[in-house]
Amino acid sequence: MALDLPLIWAFILAVGVMMYVLLDGFDLGVGMLTNVARSDEERNLMTATIEPVWDGNETWLIIGGGGLFAAFPKAYAIIMPAFYLPVLIMLAALIFRGVAFEFRHKAVRPTTRKFWNGAFFGGSATAAFAQGLMLGAMIQGITVEGGAFAGGAFDWLTPFSVLVGVSVIIGYILLGACWLVLKTEGDLYLRARNWARIALVGVAICFLAVSLATLSIDASIGDRWGFSMAHIDFARLLPLAPVPVVGMVLCAWLWRDLSMTPGQNAAPDWRPYLLAVGIFISGYFGVGISLYPYIVPFEYTVWDAAARDNALGLLLVGAAIMLPIILVYTAFVYRLFWGKVKPGDGYHA
Amino acid sequence: MEFDALLLSRIQFGFVIAFHIMFPAFTIGLAAFLAVCEGLWLKTGHETFKRLYLHWVKIFALAFAMGVVTGIVMSYQFGTNWSVFSEITGSVMGPMLAFEVLTAFFLEATFLGVMLFGWNKVGRKLHFAATCAVAIGTTLSAFWIISANSWMQTPTGFAVDPATGNFYATNWIEVIFNPSLPTRLGHMLLAAYITTAAVVLAAGAWQVIRGRLTEPTRWQMRMAAGTLTLLLPIQILVGHQSGEIAHEYQPAKIAVAEGWCESAPVQGTMLIAWPSDTECGHSGITIPGTSPYLFASAPKGEDLKGLDAFAREDRPPLWLVFYSFRIMVGAGLGMLGLGVWGCVLWWRKRLDHPGLFHWLAVPGGMLGFIAVITGWIVAEVGRQPYTVYGALRTVDSVSPISAGQVATSLLVFMVTYAIIFTAGTVYMARIATRGFDDDPPGQKDRRAPGSPLGAVDDPAETSDDIVAVE
Ligand code: HDD
Ligand code: HEM
Ligand code: HEM
Repeated sequence: MALDLPLIWAFILAVGVMMYVLLDGFDLGVGMLTNVARSDEERNLMTATIEPVWDGNETWLIIGGGGLFAAFPKAYAIIMPAFYLPVLIMLAALIFRGVAFEFRHKAVRPTTRKFWNGAFFGGSATAAFAQGLMLGAMIQGITVEGGAFAGGAFDWLTPFSVLVGVSVIIGYILLGACWLVLKTEGDLYLRARNWARIALVGVAICFLAVSLATLSIDASIGDRWGFSMAHIDFARLLPLAPVPVVGMVLCAWLWRDLSMTPGQNAAPDWRPYLLAVGIFISGYFGVGISLYPYIVPFEYTVWDAAARDNALGLLLVGAAIMLPIILVYTAFVYRLFWGKVKPGDGYHA
Repeated sequence: MEFDALLLSRIQFGFVIAFHIMFPAFTIGLAAFLAVCEGLWLKTGHETFKRLYLHWVKIFALAFAMGVVTGIVMSYQFGTNWSVFSEITGSVMGPMLAFEVLTAFFLEATFLGVMLFGWNKVGRKLHFAATCAVAIGTTLSAFWIISANSWMQTPTGFAVDPATGNFYATNWIEVIFNPSLPTRLGHMLLAAYITTAAVVLAAGAWQVIRGRLTEPTRWQMRMAAGTLTLLLPIQILVGHQSGEIAHEYQPAKIAVAEGWCESAPVQGTMLIAWPSDTECGHSGITIPGTSPYLFASAPKGEDLKGLDAFAREDRPPLWLVFYSFRIMVGAGLGMLGLGVWGCVLWWRKRLDHPGLFHWLAVPGGMLGFIAVITGWIVAEVGRQPYTVYGALRTVDSVSPISAGQVATSLLVFMVTYAIIFTAGTVYMARIATRGFDDDPPGQKDRRAPGSPLGAVDDPAETSDDIVAVE
């Protein structure tokens, strides 16, 4: 039996992008939350929770871009020009945010310090927004003619994509706040729980709004979920229903965890982050179900856009060897930096 | 010349990659230097090497961050600006770039965290292992990206799918280990070590000039001068070998680099030339009859191709390549001079005393970067008008996007890079020129040892101006 290489690669890439969202999501979220820090010490404490790991997290974004190039060159060649400006915005934002990690410690004048703090917050928020814009525009579909992108420079900018952009911002804030719950103590910890609660409400609203809007975007998406022409096809909906239901249950569970007074019988501090991850995964599955099997919605399927089998096969061997190794050492480094960050080790030796 | 999406994309690509390459050139070398310092510290137990490590790792952290953010730009650039190129070459180039991420980027990015922040969390051996992992990661990264780029220069092991026009690999070994890979990888890695050595020497010389001589300064200058003296002769040989291979596979590149106008059985070496009424400005200073020695492997009895052997639309731009080549070689000879001079001073025990050498070594810290950028211009502009030599033209590679979008992005990158470059250089220079505290950190417990970000609680760094510290 021959392996369905394009499908396998679509799956690997989807997992890679999800890793990116879950990992860089929390550090972008922490980046946005630094804006409500009360003092520079508090801000340093917040960045200290992510400094040792952010670079590794962001590498999943490179595997997203590089993997698309390698496994689905045709999709890469259509999507990237289509998203020329949002990609530019995202890159510029990530540049400022990335150097701000270092520069904000090196700046000596209060104004330059402020500038890099602002770059850190602004870069995180803008990058999150740009990623949401692109996701929204993907769901809406890309104009293709003669095998190349044929739409306008601003096709990606619609009310729907803005809605998704805002949702991603709020979602990352939730991840970031839950990460801080895991990594901090004292006053900051208590406030992080509060931030997480507020973000959770926002996430629940966005979840609903985006889902409803998505169903009406393209007939084929409504159809996929069993909603068509004002009638509901339960035979289609029911097998898929667990995905949004699980999402909602996790939201409720997370709310409960965050509302308990911290203390003896409260939920362990790692659980909020894990639940937030669950919420993201269920949303991600929702998008996956809506778009499958398209990689350039709604023009090219994963099979239309795939690279040659000999390239996919070579890549698969490489990934099968390297991805487990990467996951092992990533886990090792997370374990090494496990535990609450203390004020003294703000610049954690 | 029309400022269309093609020309603007070329300018943008040249700009962002020239910017990016400065940081890898420095971090590949610095990672190796740090691994050597930490290794020497573990082996000999000398505090000097630990202090060298703790000092340079701060600069490394800054340079690495800038290398990462400018590198991410590069990997998206292929799709945004060269989408047709991406689609056509994806099944060949894609795996090489993906392997770079899988084998190199994850390794260096993940262990960077341990290297910078793990000093008190892991034992010495494990910390050393993390430093080595980062150094190996940067080297592997260079391997894959140079392999991809070398395949674009000397493409082998592929065929064209008649149905789609896309390329596919027929032999992966031939693709990855293409003819120009060995020399170009060697040339690039040596370039990185040399660039770093020149910077380390410059920083040491400045400390000597400012009268801030300490044991680590002394050692950093010795190590740097020794490295330059040792590596530059090798680099010249490898560069020469690169030239012979380029001559075999890309004769047009060598014709413009050498300034050969007419084909002839024996060519000279033009030292300098200036434009004149003839197309490639024959007026200049030439050493005649050098080609039998410099291009000894060229087949005997055949003409060495000059520009006249190529149709106008197949010629790379002449002057940019011609002068870049001379600047690179000049910079290399300059650094060789510095290295040898430094070693002579070391031998005569004069390396610690400020003098003309030190004043020249400080600006000499830039020579490596100059050579790296001009070297890449020789390689890339000399490959024009092709992106994949002989197989895919640059005009046929560009994305279907509007000039307005590319102009916007070019502007954004220029402004962004100007800001981060200025700030980054100031911060790095501040650390590099400050010199070493007299007491090794860690013994004073002033701040956590190994903390590269221990800037804020470091009195020397909180002072605005380095002169004020004295
Ligand atoms: C893996 C691929 C790759 C790598 C490692 C490099 N390049 Fe490149 N370069 C290209 C792939 C490429 C390209 C995509 O093929 C371009 C874009 C347009 C073109 O003609 O080739 C190009 C063009 C290009 C140009 C414009 C040439 C022209 O259009 O006339 C310059 C100045 C450079 N490059 C410089 C560099 C530098 C300084 C590099 C050092 C890191 C470098 N390139 C590495
Ligand atoms: C067009 C070609 C290039 C692309 C697409 C590219 C892509 C990238 C990317 C995405 C990163 C960030 C990796 C991370 O997060 O660690 C990066 C960094 C790096 N690149 Fe490049 N790169 C290019 C050219 C080069 C060349 C020619 C070299 C070396 C010879 C090189 C060596 C490195 C190294 C060592 C790093 C690690 C970060 C650093 O040095 O600061 N790259 N590159
Ligand atoms: C002094 C004698 C040197 C000679 C004869 C020489 C020769 C060459 C040649 C022929 C190329 C083009 C290779 C190709 O396109 O295939 C090249 C590229 C390059 N050179 Fe040099 N070079 C010298 C010194 C240096 C030095 C000192 C540095 C840096 C410290 C340097 C850095 C580079 C780089 C980064 C490239 C582009 C990468 C590559 O194509 O290998 N070169 N050199």
